[in-house]
Amino acid sequence: MSINNLLIAFIAIIAAPLLGGLLTGIDRKITARMQNRFGPPIIQPFYDFFKLIGKQGIAVNQTQMVYVLGHLLFAIGALVMFVLQQDLLMLMFVLAFSAVSLIMGAMSVRSPYSKIGAQREIMQMMAYEPVLLLMVVGVYKTTGSFMISAVFQHDKPLLYSLPLVFLSFLYVLTIKLRKSPFDFATSHHGHQELIKGLTTEFSGSQLALIELTHWFDLVLLLGLITLFFAQPLWVGIIIALICYFFEIVLDNISARVTWQWMVKVTWVAGIGAALVNIVWMYLIP
Amino acid sequence: MGIISKSRKKSPWVIHYDCTSCNGCDIETLACLTPLYDAERLGIVNVGNPKHADILLVTGSANKRGAHVLKNIYSQMPDPKVVVAIGACASTGGIFKECYNIIGGIDNVIPVDVYVPGCCPRPEAIIDGIVQGIGKLDEKAELMKNEGRGI
Repeated sequence: MSINNLLIAFIAIIAAPLLGGLLTGIDRKITARMQNRFGPPIIQPFYDFFKLIGKQGIAVNQTQMVYVLGHLLFAIGALVMFVLQQDLLMLMFVLAFSAVSLIMGAMSVRSPYSKIGAQREIMQMMAYEPVLLLMVVGVYKTTGSFMISAVFQHDKPLLYSLPLVFLSFLYVLTIKLRKSPFDFATSHHGHQELIKGLTTEFSGSQLALIELTHWFDLVLLLGLITLFFAQPLWVGIIIALICYFFEIVLDNISARVTWQWMVKVTWVAGIGAALVNIVWMYLIP
Repeated sequence: MGIISKSRKKSPWVIHYDCTSCNGCDIETLACLTPLYDAERLGIVNVGNPKHADILLVTGSANKRGAHVLKNIYSQMPDPKVVVAIGACASTGGIFKECYNIIGGIDNVIPVDVYVPGCCPRPEAIIDGIVQGIGKLDEKAELMKNEGRGI
């Protein structure tokens, strides 16, 4: 690994949480404006983060922190792989490890809220993982390589050959970000049936690290959207931001669905659309 | 301290517990979160989970059945934490003070930092009580550090 790569990875690790936190802050502000409220300052997520760092550390058991760190480090690993334009398939597996770490952490405590949240998160993973893998297959079929660098060397944007895969990825993004119709693993508002679901038993700096991981995930997922429009990079970034705005609108206008509904629709419509796209590419080369 | 101390003032997460309230104070407490008052502009979020919360809002007087629940919620909250008693009942026992099942104000069960009087207090008064509670978070953090429970 050259010194240049190390530098890029270092900048990404510093810049991603700043960008992710800022995007989350803008999300909260836009959400508040949509609800006719004034809303918190844009840097509110950073205030929350540093406050949580300063709280008393209460660990429910000895392994809890290990899982939280696993969640964070795998997410950082996935982001580093992305900025260094490494293997897309491997990236998806590292991302899955990150999600599994959080589930293990939530499963390691005795709170029923945490356990039900973790089980719902497993259902979410079951719904979105096949779509992510099909996306990787589609990228391979188009560029002839699993490497992200091949996407940037490809002469046309991926969207021209993978429009349906992009749509199902957009759909899966809502599940991955735990936004409103699919926010049943950990609800935004704690005073509901699951309290805080997955994160109920995490407090203080552990919760801060989970929040940090969420920022890394957000940047990585928006980066994956950018991949579909890779030719001029700035077009991809603008499209990714528009997609994020669309997610915020969807978050505000929709009520929560059941996990059965989510699995059914994601498997039929999500996997269906992605498969149709890939089969179509085989038939009409 | 610096940035953590500033963040603590900007991001108070509250949990609301109803002891033996007649629901008058509860309605006013939740009214603080509506678009008219929008407590979130001060960073106030109703998290509903004691492990995430900084400020415990209690409405209603303490009774013998609910006292251990209140104590349990209080002890689950990580330091630094502040308790705000909302309404006449939570502060002193109010008109239910002489009832056979009532212990009195919630300060008979857990230490209270801010009292918000009124039956029921207006949302402005409740937000003011929370903001005064925010002011006390720093000295609580100092206390926590001196006792060796800090980060």
